[in-house]
Amino acid sequence: MTVIFILTAFAGSLFAQTRLNGAGATFPYVIYSKWFDIYYKNTGVQINYQSIGSGGGIKQIIEGTVDFGATDGPMSDEHLADALKKQKSEVLHIPTVLGAVAVAYNLPTEGKNIRLTSTVLADIFLGKITKWNDTRIAEDNPGLSLPNRAIIVAHRSDGSGTTFIFTDHLAKVSAQWESKVGRGTSVNWPIGLGGKGNEGVAGLLKQTVGSIGYVELAYAVKNNLPYAAIQNKAGAFVAPTITSVTAAAAGAFRDMPEDLRVSITNPEGKDSYPISGFTWLLVYKNPKDHVKRDALTQFLKWALSEGQSHAADLLYAPLPKEVRERSMQKVNSIGK
Amino acid sequence: MSARRAIARVLARYGISPVSQDGTNISDRLFRAGTFFFALLILVLAGVMVYQMVDGSSLSIREFGWKFVTSSIWDPVREEYGALPFVYGTLVSSLLALLLAVPLSIGVAVFLSELAPRWIERILSFMVELLAAIPSIVYGLWGMFVLVPWIREEVEPILSDHLGFLPLFEGAPYGFGMLAAGLILTVMIVPIVASISRDALRSVPRSQREAAYALGATKWESTILVMKYARSGIFGAALLGLGRALGETMAVTMVIGNRPIISASLFDPGYTMASVLANEFTEATTEMYLNALIEIALLLFTITIIVNILARLLMWTMTQNTAQGGRI
Repeated sequence: MTVIFILTAFAGSLFAQTRLNGAGATFPYVIYSKWFDIYYKNTGVQINYQSIGSGGGIKQIIEGTVDFGATDGPMSDEHLADALKKQKSEVLHIPTVLGAVAVAYNLPTEGKNIRLTSTVLADIFLGKITKWNDTRIAEDNPGLSLPNRAIIVAHRSDGSGTTFIFTDHLAKVSAQWESKVGRGTSVNWPIGLGGKGNEGVAGLLKQTVGSIGYVELAYAVKNNLPYAAIQNKAGAFVAPTITSVTAAAAGAFRDMPEDLRVSITNPEGKDSYPISGFTWLLVYKNPKDHVKRDALTQFLKWALSEGQSHAADLLYAPLPKEVRERSMQKVNSIGK
Repeated sequence: MSARRAIARVLARYGISPVSQDGTNISDRLFRAGTFFFALLILVLAGVMVYQMVDGSSLSIREFGWKFVTSSIWDPVREEYGALPFVYGTLVSSLLALLLAVPLSIGVAVFLSELAPRWIERILSFMVELLAAIPSIVYGLWGMFVLVPWIREEVEPILSDHLGFLPLFEGAPYGFGMLAAGLILTVMIVPIVASISRDALRSVPRSQREAAYALGATKWESTILVMKYARSGIFGAALLGLGRALGETMAVTMVIGNRPIISASLFDPGYTMASVLANEFTEATTEMYLNALIEIALLLFTITIIVNILARLLMWTMTQNTAQGGRI
């Protein structure tokens, strides 16, 4: 009896001293730091996270300098192969939450939010639609008085997962965008002003009348910027909300590949908001350190169950049930 | 002196004479060797930096060659990298800042060292030095929320109404752009240029001023004389200011509009080398992308060195001219 007691106490203290180090995406930083804080209070497991950007997160997981990475855009096949070669372990993508990219704008119009089709959105960012009262915008917005003002496009100047999601969407809906600009964390923008970070773009938008740009939903809400309802694949105009983003993930579930690397820009479903994306934690399938492995697995299980309830308060969308189950299977496969 | 004697005693105990054969003191020689070593470290550091950057950008150097410097397309999606717009943006914004800041700073410095009553001078000097200590992110935020709206609402409309026929002031007034970058850099380098210029003016011997007065010079004439005497110091101050402007990152990024284009108009957005590094380095995932960014760092390093060398040559020819019989 005493032996068991001592053993469990020993195991407990061993666990309590476990420290996990992670690095990567800035976009989920707010929810992650909240999770790590709560998890530390509950279990004593300390998780350090540095939000150095998705590119950095991928680099570090390949080099093996962290216990887990984090990214907004899935790793490429070359990166995965590289990691396998260097770390002798497969890297798994575990979706944690979803985020929406809102198309925010600054226009002195009263009343309801503007509606944009995806092709109109692409043409605005291509510089083909230059005035707010262009007939193609007006068509979808009867009853909204649009001013005869130049459209000023604002975009992120720093490399970002948000940019990837946004340009990925435009590339899917506009052939010209795909051929002329393409998708990426940084692209060669045809027009517009660049702001550093979400706060930079939000600042540009807030200050410049007639501007339009994309930011994470949380920044549009916090800055009281109006944002557009975007037409989805089913033809409905949908505004970004927690529910419409979760709906988008559910809509994309059918086409989800086995490794969970999936983009959900332009998904099925009439309630789906078309410009949103997963954010992933990157973990080794066969980590060398077993204590750390068990601690990380425990944390991931917690994050995918109880942790999800903290997402909505911070304007991240929780994973739909189907995706959560698939992610849980992945977590259970760690170390096996 | 007693410390020195103590060292000599210790050295003597081990049979080392404090004075070597050629007559120099051994502690002096140690001192000399030590400081020489530290001075050498600077060179080694610069060398290692260059090596690291050349090594880190080898992929893109091999792929693009000189096209990297002459092309103006920066497209991470298609992996096509040309740095010309960044070079242009860095040079134009810095030179604009220098053009505005140097006359202003000299004015401040002359007032502080020659004209101001002691108590005003003390307060103002303190304020100027305080300005130099403000972190650049604070300047950036101020630039974004105060300077840019002012430029958009007041400065650019006036410039475009009266001087709109010049290509320099063409286009729509966004506020964000090259002009905003130049102005924020001006504000940032004025303190450093002004305070070093003031020190240079102050170090001009009193006898120079007294001689001028004795010959019947007015305050204005004697000040001109003092400025001429101190010009290499003032020039050095401007050079330090330029150095700061070339490398400034955060504040510029926040107001320049971050668009890699080359445009004659100061109203248009631009981009600088330091800004693109700060913006894109963290998310650069492919090897070539990373290499291209490191090559930009190398380019910035090279350009800073070239600008410094040119400025020193300029200063050298200036002082040379005076030595050969020019008027002081």
